This record gives sequence, C-alpha cells and structure tokens, in this order.
Amino acid sequence: MEVVSYRSVETFVQHIPEVTALGVWIKAIIILAVISAIAGFGTYVERKVLAFMQRRLGPMHVGPYGLLQIIADGIKLFTKEDIVPQNANKFIFMVAPVITAATAFIALAAVPVFPDFTIPEWIPVIGGTFVPSIAADLNIGILFVLGMMAAGLYGPLLAGMAQANKWGLIGAARTAVQFLSYEVVTGLSILAPIMIVGSLSFVDFNAAQAGGIANWLVWKQPVAFVLFLIAGFAETNRTPFDLLEHEAEVVSGYATEYSGMRWGMFFIGEYANMITISVIAAVVFLGGYSADGMGWLWIMLKIAFFFMLMLWVRAAWPHVRPDQLMWLCWKVLMPIAVINVVITGIVMMV
Amino acid sequence: MYEAIAFYLFSALTIGLFLITVMSKNVLYAMTSLAAGMVLISGFFFILGADFLGVVQLIVYVGAVMALYSFAMMFFDATRDIKEKNTPAALIFLLGGLSALVLVLIFAGPIHSDAIQALYPMHEGVGNAQDVGIVLFTKYLVPFEVAAVMLLVAMIAGIILAGKKMDQSLTKDTSVDDADEILKQKDAK
Repeated sequence: MEVVSYRSVETFVQHIPEVTALGVWIKAIIILAVISAIAGFGTYVERKVLAFMQRRLGPMHVGPYGLLQIIADGIKLFTKEDIVPQNANKFIFMVAPVITAATAFIALAAVPVFPDFTIPEWIPVIGGTFVPSIAADLNIGILFVLGMMAAGLYGPLLAGMAQANKWGLIGAARTAVQFLSYEVVTGLSILAPIMIVGSLSFVDFNAAQAGGIANWLVWKQPVAFVLFLIAGFAETNRTPFDLLEHEAEVVSGYATEYSGMRWGMFFIGEYANMITISVIAAVVFLGGYSADGMGWLWIMLKIAFFFMLMLWVRAAWPHVRPDQLMWLCWKVLMPIAVINVVITGIVMMV
Repeated sequence: MYEAIAFYLFSALTIGLFLITVMSKNVLYAMTSLAAGMVLISGFFFILGADFLGVVQLIVYVGAVMALYSFAMMFFDATRDIKEKNTPAALIFLLGGLSALVLVLIFAGPIHSDAIQALYPMHEGVGNAQDVGIVLFTKYLVPFEVAAVMLLVAMIAGIILAGKKMDQSLTKDTSVDDADEILKQKDAK
C-alpha cells in the first residue's frame, strides 16, 4: 500500500499565491477571448503560409498584406443568413455547432495555456488577483482533456445526423469511425510518458522535464511522440486525415448544410482543438513552460511550432483514402503504440 | 455553496434529460439527451472530489458507449418519429410500482449514513487514480482479471461474427468473372 507517488503534493505546495474564484473567472475569460481571436487569426496565418508554400500571395486586398481579411471574414460570418434546412431536426441542428465549440474550450480549461501572473494593484476591483496558468488544475488533467475531446465527437456527429442530407450523414459516419479509432492511438501513445512520469497532471509533467533540453521526454519516447502527433492530426481533422469534410468526396461532410456563424463555430472549435493538441504535445513531450525569465516565450514558440507543422503538412501532403486511414490506425499505429507501452514497462521494471 | 447549486442544477438537468430519453419518440432526441445526461453524471463525480471516476465516466460512457450507440443509429432515419408499440397497462403498473419502490429504498438509504463505513477510504494527499489503482490491483484483482477475460472473449466473438465473409468482396460480384459475362447477363434480361 506504500507504493504511492507524492509528487503531486509537492508541486501543489509550491503554488504560493492563492488561487481565488475571481482569478479562475478572469482566466476563463482570457482563454475564451484570446483563443477565439487566435482561431480567427489562425485562418489568416493558414491562408498566408499555404500561399507562400505554393508560391502565391494569399489574401492581399483587405488592409495591409490582407491583415484586415480576418475582420472582413468575421463580419461576413456574423451577418450571413442562418439557414436551417426544412427536413432537418431543427433543435439538434442548431445545438450541434455549440457542442463542438464548447467541448473544445472546456478541454482548454485543464491545459496550461499562458503563464500565470498577478494583476497589478493599481487596477480597480480586480487588482492584486493571481491568475493561474491552468484554469482548473486537476490531478488528472491529461485524462480530462482527452475525455473532453472525445465528447467533442458529438458536434460533427449530431450535425451530420440532424441535417437530413446524404453528405452530412456520410460525414457523420466518417467522424464516428475516425475519432473513435484514433482516440485509441492517442490514449495508448500518451500512456508511455505517463508511465515514466507517474502522474496524469500537466504540472507534474512540466516539473519532471525541468532543467534543459536533455530532460525532454521526446528523447525518451520518440515513438510515442510521433504516434501522438499523427493521432492528433486525425483528431483535429487536419490534412492527410481531413476526410470528415473532404470537398471532392462528400461536399463538406457534416458541415454541408451549415452557414454563417453556426459554421463558424465548427471552425473555432477545430482551431481550439488544434491549439489544445499543440499545448499537450509541447507540455508532455517538449519540456513545457518554465516559470522564470523567458519561459512564457518558449512555450508560445513550441505551440506555434506545432501549429505551423499542421499547416506545413497540409501544404506538403495529399489526403489519404478512408480505408488507408483505418489501415493506418488499426494495423500500424495501434500495434506500435501497444509494443511501445510494453517495452517502456519492461525497461522501467528492469 | 457552489457545490449545492451545482448539485441541484445537475440533478434537475439529469432527471429532465433522462425523462426526454424515455419519453421522446424521436431517436435523435433520445440519444442526444442520454449522452448529455451521461456528461452531467460525471459532474456529480467531480463535485464529490472523485476526479478520476468522473473522467472515466466521460471517456467510457460518453466517448465510447454512446458513440457506438450513435454509430448504430446511422442505419435509421434519424429525422422521423418512431411508432411505439404499446405494452399492456397492468405490466406498466407492476414494473413502474417496483421501480418506484426500489427508488424510495435507495433514496432512504442515506438516513442511516452513520452505519456506513468506507472500507477503503481515500488517502490524504494521494491522487484519485492511485487510490483506485491500489484497490483495483489488490482487493479486486480477480474480478478485474475476469472482466478482462470477458472482454477478450467478446472481442474474439465480434471478430468471428464480422469476419465470416471477409474473403468475399462486397463490391464485386464473384459469380461473374469478366465484363463480357456481365454484358451477356444484361442482354439476357
């Protein structure tokens, strides 16, 4: 009964400033505002990066270097007519995009997004409040994020089933197959680092890799890192695995009948999920953040690197066929992940 | 304070959602409300401080079980209502009465909460996952392994059921060898 890790207690004691309810509220609002803005800015970056990789200019007309394109797109999304198809199940149709956006942001609640800071005293009302880096510092943060992303499956699924459209239904079926399959790979691949660290908390992962690049888990678990990235691409619906809404095959998949801001919510949810996956990869494998000095800049750069990698892969690779997707998951990635877990276990026992 | 508000909110919502699951004639409403109810049940675990079980509830019931239900639902027309078969009133009366009795007994249980003792209380400062793991791999090791074997049996059975006609192609008609014969059959028709 004595085989118990007390590491989570130690790290908890190190949190000297008290986390108040107000601090968590402020943090939640910051996450909502900043990530929504980044999702908008992400579309601009994506178009620009893709354009440069294909020797084009990308958006150039609205504002300097097309920077105001985001605002133009936002206005367009908000003012577009919200069309609900006649034969659709109206309530479920309207609720489905909210599920996608909500689960993506709830997942971000347990993730260290920005470094913690204290609001200066001279600001009225909220001055002196300590804003934590994680809104809800759970002991089982990684599981919570994975579980919430699993619940995010219902957005595309219900959208596809409620809209009375063939393409929508096929898109929903693909969603269920792809997300359920690749959740297995995500879970198994991240299990090996969890075994090494002996905790499910992001704070413990961060502490375990403190002190330089040599301590990063990516050197101990390169296989798990690659598997997690591949599964992450599939779970965020990025190109080579963007079969849920592949234009050439299923028009727009589960989003076929959506317009205006309801379509925009799917988009925001997808970008928030990309950021979540990037943060998990940065904290679990690439050393995470350090509280002092330029640590906050490094974590931002790591997250930006993974975001950039997703765009890079989109520009460089064609998408796979659905049967190849399933083959890759169950016959290649899953066995490798299981073998990786077994080998990690043997190495730790010996 | 927060806990009380959250508890009553979650309770009301869970009961309401599961009522919709039972009452609704629309498959899509029934499934959505069942999944949403499962999410809210994980909220109870979080209120009780059992974070690990809450997340397990999320991953297992919402992420896996309900997702498989909904996958099976792809074969129905989800936008139409279902005509239900009415069961005899006497049976409904009997079953409803029995369930009500059981519910009353369950809700009356906490009156004697003094008599209930936690056999494996939580350790101070130890994570949920560790506590569950220790009990699972010492006291309940045999049931745990039996469950694992049962799942393995179910998996093998599933593979056999699904793999019965795996050597035949679904898209190609194996009785016809080449295109000429298909054309001949068409001409004959």
